Amino acid sequence: MTPTATNAGCDSNALPVLRERGQREVFCGLTGIVWLHRKIQDAFFLVVGSRTCAHLIQSAAGVMVFAEPRFATAIMEEKDLAGLVDANEELDRVVDRLLERRPDIKLLFLVGSCPSEVIKLDLSRAAQRLSAKHTPRTRVLNYSGSGIETTFTQGEDACLAALVPEAPSADGDALPGLLIVGALPDVVEDQFARLFAELGIGPVAFFPPRRSGEIPAIGPNTRMLIAQPFLGDTVRALEARGAQRLPALFPFGAEGTTHWLKAAADAWNVPEMDFRRVVAPHRERAKRALARSKETLDGKSIFFFPDSQLEPPLARFLAEELGMRPIEIGTPYLNRDLLSEEMKRLPEGAQLSEGQHVDKQLDRCREARPDLVVCGLGLANPLEAEGLTTKWSIELVFSPVHGFDQAGDLAALFARSFARRSVLRV
Amino acid sequence: MQLTVWTYEGPPHVGAMRIATAMKGLHFVLHAPQGDTYADLLFTMIERRSARPPVTYTTFQARDLGGDTAELFKNAAREAYERFQPEAMIVGASCTAELIQDDPAGLARALKLPVPVIALDLPSYQKKENWGAAETFYQLVRTFAPKVEGAPARAPGPRPRCNILGATALGFRHRDDVVEVKRLLARLGVDVNVTAPLEATPSDLARLADADFNVVLYPEIADVAARWLERTHGQKTVRTVPIGQNATKDFIAEIAAITGIDATSVLQDADARMPWWSRSVDSNYLTGKRVFIFGDATHAVAAARVASEELGFEVVGLGTYSREFARDVRAAAEKLGLTALITEDYLEVEQAISELQPELVLGTQMERHIAKRLGIGCAVISAPAHVQDYPARFSPQMGFEGANVLFDTWVHPLVMGLEEHLLAMFREDFEFNDAAGPSHLAAHQAAPAQPAAPAANDITWSKEAEAELTKIPFFVRGKARRNAERFAAEQGLAIIQIETLYDAKSHYAR
Repeated sequence: MTPTATNAGCDSNALPVLRERGQREVFCGLTGIVWLHRKIQDAFFLVVGSRTCAHLIQSAAGVMVFAEPRFATAIMEEKDLAGLVDANEELDRVVDRLLERRPDIKLLFLVGSCPSEVIKLDLSRAAQRLSAKHTPRTRVLNYSGSGIETTFTQGEDACLAALVPEAPSADGDALPGLLIVGALPDVVEDQFARLFAELGIGPVAFFPPRRSGEIPAIGPNTRMLIAQPFLGDTVRALEARGAQRLPALFPFGAEGTTHWLKAAADAWNVPEMDFRRVVAPHRERAKRALARSKETLDGKSIFFFPDSQLEPPLARFLAEELGMRPIEIGTPYLNRDLLSEEMKRLPEGAQLSEGQHVDKQLDRCREARPDLVVCGLGLANPLEAEGLTTKWSIELVFSPVHGFDQAGDLAALFARSFARRSVLRV
Repeated sequence: MQLTVWTYEGPPHVGAMRIATAMKGLHFVLHAPQGDTYADLLFTMIERRSARPPVTYTTFQARDLGGDTAELFKNAAREAYERFQPEAMIVGASCTAELIQDDPAGLARALKLPVPVIALDLPSYQKKENWGAAETFYQLVRTFAPKVEGAPARAPGPRPRCNILGATALGFRHRDDVVEVKRLLARLGVDVNVTAPLEATPSDLARLADADFNVVLYPEIADVAARWLERTHGQKTVRTVPIGQNATKDFIAEIAAITGIDATSVLQDADARMPWWSRSVDSNYLTGKRVFIFGDATHAVAAARVASEELGFEVVGLGTYSREFARDVRAAAEKLGLTALITEDYLEVEQAISELQPELVLGTQMERHIAKRLGIGCAVISAPAHVQDYPARFSPQMGFEGANVLFDTWVHPLVMGLEEHLLAMFREDFEFNDAAGPSHLAAHQAAPAQPAAPAANDITWSKEAEAELTKIPFFVRGKARRNAERFAAEQGLAIIQIETLYDAKSHYAR
């Protein structure tokens, strides 16, 4: 789970990487709960942590209590720190109370936090114990979303990796199946499902599933397309179950999506002509949708502060398809395996940076005066006040941005900051 | 362990951040893991501050834990000093850093920085945000305004002079309250020496002793510091919080008593429109509106007084999440014949509101969501608040103008007088009915969710009585239901008929 630098991939032909450490202006992995709890509809996320953890999630979520959320925090108190036995008893009591209130929960994640990791509260044993107690009604799993181990989207990686052992095994004789890995908005899943059906690729399953009982079978005939670049541990866990990854660009923009689909088409031996016939209308539609934002974005420089690990594929998309000029592409962690295809296509002259020293990076950003800064919510208003134009990075994670029919929307997210500046007369 | 869905207060280090961010020339070095920087967005997004909070986070990771997190802290503190050149620094640990026991105080001392460094002890597993803010402010005041032995006693100046204490960053309307209170003090002829923490520098704090008395606007933040100033420098404390017409008058009277100023002209303030707005006949319909109040102690207690004395509402529930000030809230509730709800558990508050079926909720952003779900009108009166509660316009809660603001914002969510009558007269109109919500508010409120309050002890409702109940406007329906059930129970009736409903109505009308 700890990011460790792997030297696999293509260091030789890739851009030089600036590695920094210092203050990081990023969320921890607990934040992933904000979208995961909506994705898996019968799952509940119980953070075992401190008041800070509870405060973080509600602040990051902007407090959207319109429906009762499927997450909560078991806040540790002084007496829980005194002895681990007591902490475990307390946890059992909290889980009992929770399941009593929410009998609809089929899958409960105990989510580790910085304090639970530091006091070495063993949540995997707790999950086993509680699973045994509440079976068959509720299955209990665990993962860590702690800031000392995970950055923002790595929380989803840790969650999905914990879900992999729950998948039934598909034996070696099973028909080849395609597995799309990474939480996607329902509408995007449906679009991809239709495209794969048109291409004659299938059966197709999505991971995570919308319901915890629908986890697809995994085996040596499983082929994976990875939808999100931050899923390193999940992919390794799936590979350990025999699944094979189809290397591809990530499905952002017309080019990225085409490349991604092509990887599956090749694995299923879809004839080139058929592939083009099916994909061309969608691809054209995506290109048309991009044209309008391109008028705004073409030639503009862009500077990414690290946030979600989506930065390298987004920079590739913005450079190749919209003519933007990335100055710095910051990412919390550079996953060279999953980004192998992306790294080949990053524009020359861009500075890739991994990790963060926020003050030094702000110095570089002010010095470069980019036309657009992609950054987190803590930095956006201060940079706007300094006269820079910004785009909140969190929106890139919280909006449907994958695939042909979202390519225009994705570009528009970047163009909107300029559009606003141009209409305002205050 | 405490099962928490939403929390009213952050951890104590967020309280310390509220002080640091409110002040100028002070920098906070916080020993904390990655992720704790989320707190920056409270200030930059919710309060729309145009500068980053003056906070440096050490950002340690799992791999540092076996190594030297202490060195990480020292580097971060040294760099922060060099980069930001503050007048003074505060250092502390967040919840995780508290567990690894690196002793930021000792480490900071060892750095021998050329500015005062104040070490904060912020016990995350016992205390919360407001406590952290109060403690931080107190430590700063102690450090910068010490008792100087042998110094001559301060000679009173030609005009009375005070400090205004308690306003912070991310406070509910603190910015505007300070402006309004300063205006009031100016009209009284009282000079303001230092306003703190908001906009104050550490050297401003050093001048605190040069005042006759202190005005504590927010006891949650400034009470501890004010008590210390009282003990150390003999400064009196004005404790009346001027929220509402009557409290503002009491506030003025308290200052007049301390200073000997004749406040008669200020007491007849022409800006105070609220009393007439409330007495005018249009406001008749406000009488007895059932209101539920929850917030920090200061705002909840003040709201209860305004609601009952100045608007003629009936306060049906009063509570706070501020345990430190629970006693004040209990006393205020008792005066109204209520038992205060003291809790940090959002679900308990939701339960109470759902059972009491008020017509108006005055609360925090949490109660706004509860009220929305239950289809009840709501106004926010206290932190925690969301971005829309940090308005661009001048909108104080304190002083005479604050009382005007309270009248407007609390009355707005209610169904208006004549509209209420029409609703009662023509209950089955397909467009204009109580499920449609107040007509001056945007299209909206979904039909109020019926409270899942099952009839008490085996009393059942006849179909006819149930149907009759739906003809009663929703904002009194819950009360009618409870009254009918209570009446039936008292009379030993097993089934509630239409007649029971009206018998109960007449019974409780007495």
